[in-house]
Amino acid sequence: MKHLRSKILALLVAVSLIGAFVVATDALAGKTITIKGSTTVLPIAQVCAEEYMRKNPSAYISVQGGGSGVGIAGIVDGTCDIGDASRPIKDKELEQAVSRGVSPKAHVVAMDGIAVVVHPSNSVSAFTKQQIKDIYTGKVSNWSEVGGSGGEIVVISRDSASGTFEAFNGLALDKEKVRPDALLEASNQAVAGTVAKTPGAIGYIGLGYVTYQVKAIPVNGIECTKETVLSGKYPFARPLFMYTNGKPTGEVEGFLNFVLSDSGQDLVEDAGFVGLQ
Amino acid sequence: MMRIKETIYKWIFTILAFSSLFFLVGITITLFKEGLPLFTEAGVFKTIFGRAWYPTYEPPEFGMLPLILASVWVTFGALAVCVPLGVGSALFLNELASHHQRAILKPLIELLASIPSIVYGFFGMVVVAPFLQKLLNIPVGLTAFTASLILGIMAVPTVCSIAEDALSYVPKSFREASLALGANRWQTLIKVIIPAAGSGISTAIILGMSRAVGETMTVLMVAGGAAMIPTSFFKPVRPMTATIAAEMGETVMGSLHYHALFAIGLLLFLITLLFNIIAEIVSRRYRLKLGLSR
Repeated sequence: MKHLRSKILALLVAVSLIGAFVVATDALAGKTITIKGSTTVLPIAQVCAEEYMRKNPSAYISVQGGGSGVGIAGIVDGTCDIGDASRPIKDKELEQAVSRGVSPKAHVVAMDGIAVVVHPSNSVSAFTKQQIKDIYTGKVSNWSEVGGSGGEIVVISRDSASGTFEAFNGLALDKEKVRPDALLEASNQAVAGTVAKTPGAIGYIGLGYVTYQVKAIPVNGIECTKETVLSGKYPFARPLFMYTNGKPTGEVEGFLNFVLSDSGQDLVEDAGFVGLQ
Repeated sequence: MMRIKETIYKWIFTILAFSSLFFLVGITITLFKEGLPLFTEAGVFKTIFGRAWYPTYEPPEFGMLPLILASVWVTFGALAVCVPLGVGSALFLNELASHHQRAILKPLIELLASIPSIVYGFFGMVVVAPFLQKLLNIPVGLTAFTASLILGIMAVPTVCSIAEDALSYVPKSFREASLALGANRWQTLIKVIIPAAGSGISTAIILGMSRAVGETMTVLMVAGGAAMIPTSFFKPVRPMTATIAAEMGETVMGSLHYHALFAIGLLLFLITLLFNIIAEIVSRRYRLKLGLSR
């Protein structure tokens, strides 16, 4: 009995010590900022958070992915300070926010171009917007119909809930349905990887994910570059958001100001996106 | 004094044992609560037999038939791979393998189970899919066949290990009696050992099926993901699990689409529950038939 009691006592001491330690480190670290949401915005949040924490050792920023829906839901239910989104907030989400007394505020932190990519061996060198729409809605299924050297077109799309899909569907397909036999990939990297390995493939990815392994095709004669995205000439461009509840204050405001500052926007460019200057 | 200690331990272990029941009940309630709104709003028949899955369009369509059929195809494809491999390996281990071979092979096969599914998926995506695409000259290597192949290999340790246990539990007297009656080794194996271990082997196969139907990461990465009614094993398909995994993170919480993903989860849960019940019934029936105490 005595033995057992001393064991329990030791356990209690250990638990309370750990608890005290956690509380203490939390207090020392100052305010913790939680960021979550869109996987497209994730690299921006990540590099900016790292740099910001290096400059402000008292700040602690936790960055998570999850998707645009998760980021906005985090703002609505108060589980994060900044919600990343690659699409604007939806009416239904806004209703939920209002009913909980939350007023989501959008901050555009960068621009992104959605590049249309094919396998490097593909002979196609130009698309019109209409051709892309025809391919993705199922009117065209063979490369010979769009100026290629023949063979079945393997159409690769994103999961229909992702921000990238939504932007592409609105900008390129005028909200028409994607053909049902299109392949689904869950991330920009996965699309790039499949296109790089499949000679007959076509896909669309964020500008930051274009590498030498895939060939980006100009649309209506305009290449997807930082300049054409920022000037609005490239047809498939979209803003990327960070949402906050109301006007940001304190450390959150400091972080957002950093993201929008020159050095923050340089990091945005390094991550492969288009800065706002 | 001892009694107090024993009571404490008894309660601790009782609580631990019942905690899984607690989780099961919690998950079941959540699945029903979040999944049923779709069926009431969009209709059970229209959902389960609908042919178009366009959850984010206006108006949305929640036809799950392509997803359900994709899961069925991929699962049976996986069975075609894992049953011969798994049961075959079990027979070899139990009947033919020397002590040394057994000591090496069994842990190695079980090691297959400890490889994370994302590694299988990655392997399938980077190595198997491009290889199959070139070998079979198909437009894209991410197909139902690729998914079946990799899921099948993933299920081998489950099937092999349970089947091998079942074979080794067959009483020695069965074999001895058969041999004494003049049956040769092959006849003994086919007519006596396999029927006697039948319940265990069937359980092994059904649990292998559960493993295949519920696997998510691998099918998300290698099945291709086209939400179409499957027409060929060499075309991309989108199983139910892959749909949930791909769309859950991005959807609006509380929307009809969100409920639709839970509804898929509910269907999956019911399917695996059914498999487990069948496995239980089969193994019980065989046990009674053979008069085994186990």
